[in-house]
Amino acid sequence: MAGYIARRLLQAIPVLLGTTFLIYFMVFALPGDPIIALFGEKTPSPAVVEQLRERYNLDQPFIVQYFLFLGGIFRGDFGTSFSGQPVSEILAATFPVTLRLAVLAVFFEMVAGITIGLVSGLRKGGIFDASALVVSLILISLPIFVIAFVAQFIFGIQLGWFRTTVSSGAPIQDLILPAIVLATISFAQITRLTRASVIDTDTQDFVRTAASKGLSRRRIVPVHILRNSLIPVVTYLAVDFGVLMVGATVTEGIFNVPGVGRTLYQAIIRGEGPTVVSFVTVMVLIYLVINLLVDLLYAVLDPRIRYAK
Amino acid sequence: MKIKRIGVGAIALAAAGALTLAGCSSSNEPAAEGDSTAVISVNNTEPQNPLIPTNTNEVGGGLVLQNIFAGLVYYDAEGAAHNDVAESIETDDAQTYTITIREGLTFTNGDPVDAESFVTAWNYGAALDNAQLSSYFFEPIEGFTYDENVDELSGLEVVDDLTFTVTLKQPESDFPLRLGYTAYFPLPASAWDDLEAFGENPVGNGPYMMDGEGAWQHNERIDVVKNEDYDGPREAQNGGIDMILYASTDAAYADLQGGNLDILQDVPDSALETFETEFEGRSVNQPGAANATITIPERLEHFSGEEGKLRRAAISHAIDREEVTDVIFNGTRSPAFDFTSPVIDGYSEDIPGSDVLEFDPELAKELWAEADAISPWSGTFELAYNADGPNQGWVDAVANQLKNNLEIEAAGAPVPTFAELRTSVTEETITTPFRTGWQADYPSLYNFLGPLYGTGAGSNDGKYSNPEFDALLEEGAAATEVEAGIEKFQQAQEILFEDLPVIPLWYTNGLGAWGEQVDNVEFGWDTWPILNQVTKSE
Repeated sequence: MAGYIARRLLQAIPVLLGTTFLIYFMVFALPGDPIIALFGEKTPSPAVVEQLRERYNLDQPFIVQYFLFLGGIFRGDFGTSFSGQPVSEILAATFPVTLRLAVLAVFFEMVAGITIGLVSGLRKGGIFDASALVVSLILISLPIFVIAFVAQFIFGIQLGWFRTTVSSGAPIQDLILPAIVLATISFAQITRLTRASVIDTDTQDFVRTAASKGLSRRRIVPVHILRNSLIPVVTYLAVDFGVLMVGATVTEGIFNVPGVGRTLYQAIIRGEGPTVVSFVTVMVLIYLVINLLVDLLYAVLDPRIRYAK
Repeated sequence: MKIKRIGVGAIALAAAGALTLAGCSSSNEPAAEGDSTAVISVNNTEPQNPLIPTNTNEVGGGLVLQNIFAGLVYYDAEGAAHNDVAESIETDDAQTYTITIREGLTFTNGDPVDAESFVTAWNYGAALDNAQLSSYFFEPIEGFTYDENVDELSGLEVVDDLTFTVTLKQPESDFPLRLGYTAYFPLPASAWDDLEAFGENPVGNGPYMMDGEGAWQHNERIDVVKNEDYDGPREAQNGGIDMILYASTDAAYADLQGGNLDILQDVPDSALETFETEFEGRSVNQPGAANATITIPERLEHFSGEEGKLRRAAISHAIDREEVTDVIFNGTRSPAFDFTSPVIDGYSEDIPGSDVLEFDPELAKELWAEADAISPWSGTFELAYNADGPNQGWVDAVANQLKNNLEIEAAGAPVPTFAELRTSVTEETITTPFRTGWQADYPSLYNFLGPLYGTGAGSNDGKYSNPEFDALLEEGAAATEVEAGIEKFQQAQEILFEDLPVIPLWYTNGLGAWGEQVDNVEFGWDTWPILNQVTKSE
C-alpha cells in the first residue's frame, strides 16, 4: 500500500509540471495586453507601459517567465496580484471558504441522495420511486444558475429565511443556501446512482443467503445491501467534492461567495497571470490528492480490490 | 478616466446623475435625524491596484480614496468645484498657479497637511520609474517627461509650509478644476516609509478613515468610519461606510432587494427594465459625464479625406439613436447632441453642425451615394466591440440600421476581451471601425476634447489631427475667463461635427437605487453616490 501511494505521488510531479506549463502558456497566449487594459479607454504612454511590463516580468520571453514563476513557487512565492496582495494570501483566504462550501454541499447531497435513493431502490416502482424520479429528472435538467436565482429570490428575498448573499467571513449559516443549490444537481445524480446500485445488490446471492439465514431485513439493508451499494456512490461523491473544491464559479458569483471560483474568474477577466496559474496549480494538486484518496477508498470498501505493492 | 469592472469586465458603464432626484430630499435641507452614527453600506468592486491616489484609475479604489482623502477642491453634485483643503488657488495667466492650503489640517495619523504633502505626492506620481497609472495627470506641469525619470518636477515649488506654486508648460485655464481628481490628493509624510504597506492601509485627510489595520478585507469588504477630526465642507452625516465588494452587480441588486445593502451604485442589466418601478422614488437614472462613440480612423480604406467625411456623416444620419437607447437600453442611455456630456458646465444641444446627429435615412443615402461617386463602396461595414462587455445588443442594432438605411452589408465584429480590443486599438492593428467611450476625469468640456481629439493626444484613438481644432483648443485653454473658454471649446466642437473623428452615439446614464432606511441620497455628476451626506435611520 505504501509503495503504491509513493508511486502515485511521484507520478503527480510530471502531471503538475505539465499542467502548470500548459496553463501558463494559455494565459500567456491570451490575446490582449493586461497592462494596456489597466488603463481602460485611456491610451497609456509607452514608457509607463514598459516600466510596468518590467515590474511583472512581462517583458521577458515566455519560457523565462515560466521558469521565474516556477522558481518562485518552489520558494513559496506565488507572486502578487495587481492590487499588491501576495497571491499566497489570496489562496489562504479563498480556499477555506470554498472548502466549507464544498463540505456542506457534499453533506447535503450525500444525506438526501443516499436516503432517497435507498428508499426508491427498495420500493422499486412505487409512488415514492416514481416521484423521486420526476423530481431528480427536473433537477438534472435545470441549469444551476436558474436554481440559484430562483432559490435566492424565494428564500432570500421573498421569505427572508436566508441572507441573499454571503456576508464577509462567509459564516456557515450564510453558506447553507448556496450549498443546497450546489447540492441539488449532484443530489439527483446520487439518487439515481444509489437506486440502481441498491436494486442490483438486492438481487445478489449473498443477500438471499443472508435472508435465508434468518437475518432481519432491518439488518440486511444497512449492512449487506447499503454497504455494498455505496462503491459507485462514494466514487461519485469524491469526484464531486473535487469539482466543488476547484470552485463553483457561477454559484459563487450569484451568492457573492468570496471563494476560489469567484476570485479565479475575476483574475482571468483582469488578465492577472500569476493569480490564475497559482490557483490552477493548487486546484490540480487538490484534484490529484482526491483522486488518490478515491482509489484508496475502493480498497477499503471492496475487499476484492487490492493494490499491488 | 475611471474604469469600472463588474461581472463581465464591462468598461466605463459608470455614468453620472447630476440633477437632484425627485423623491429624495434636497441636500440643502438639514437632515431630519441630525447627525447620525449609523453605518451605511454601499456596493463596490475589489480595487484593482493598491490604494495609492496616483495609481488608482478605476472605480473600485476610486470610491474608497474619494471618501478617505480630501483634495484641494471637491466637486458638488452638479460638478462645480469648490475649495476643500485649498484656502485659495490664484493665477494671473492661467499658467502659474499659487496654491494656499488652509491652516491646521492634519491627516488621521497626525501628520500635517502642508505644501510638502502635495508636492511630494505629485512628484512621486509623475516620476517615470514609479510607473503610476495616473501619471499622465502631471503631463501639463513643467518638467514632466516620459523620456527619462525625473524625481522632482521643475514646475512644483514649495514657497512655505502652506503655499506652493505650480507652473504649467502652457496656459490651461481649467487646471484648478482638475484638482479634485484622485491623482492630485496629498500623501502624509509617513506614507514614504513603506508605500506598499500604505497602499494596503492608506491614511488620508478626508471625511472618513480606514477602520483600523486590515479594514480592506480583500474581495469581501472595505470599512471606513467617520473622521471626527475632519474639518471641511464634506463632513460625514453618518457613522461610516461599509463598502461591500461584489463580483457581480446582480448579487448586489439581490442584496438591496433583500435589505442587506443600503445603496446600490449601478444596476445590473437584468433589472434595467424594473428597477425604477421597484424602487420608485428611490432610484436614479440621469445622464452622466460619460459618452459612447464609434471611432472610424482616417487610415481605413474609404474613410479618408472628403469621401471619409461624407461616409461618416452618412453613417451618423443612418443611426436612430432614440430607438436604440429606448429599445436596447431601456432608457438608461440618452441620445447624444454633442461630443461632451450634459452635466458639464457650458454644454449645449445646439452647436452649429450638430444636426449631423439627427436621424435622417434619406439624407444618409444621399451622402453615401456622393461618397460612392468618389470611390465606390465594396465589402462589409464592420464595427468592432469587446464581447466581454454588454455591447452585442446595441452593436447589432446599429449594424442593422446601417444595413437598412444605407443598403450596405454591416455587421458587428466581436473581439473576445476588452484587453484585446484596447491592445489592437493602441497598436493601430485594428482594421475596422470600433466602439469607444469616455468618462470624464473632472467636470470640464476640455476633458472631453483635449485628450481625445488633440493632435498626438493620449487617447486620440483615431489619430485625428486638425490644426484649426488644436488652435481653438489652445485658445480655450488659455482663456482666463470661464465663459470665453467655453465659447472657444464650442467652436472647436463645430470643427469636430464637420470632420466627425468619432460618431457620438449617446450619453451613459448614472444608475442607482437605495433602501427606505437611508435618506439624502444623491448621485453626483460622476455617477457616484455622495456618501458623506447620507443619513440612515437606526
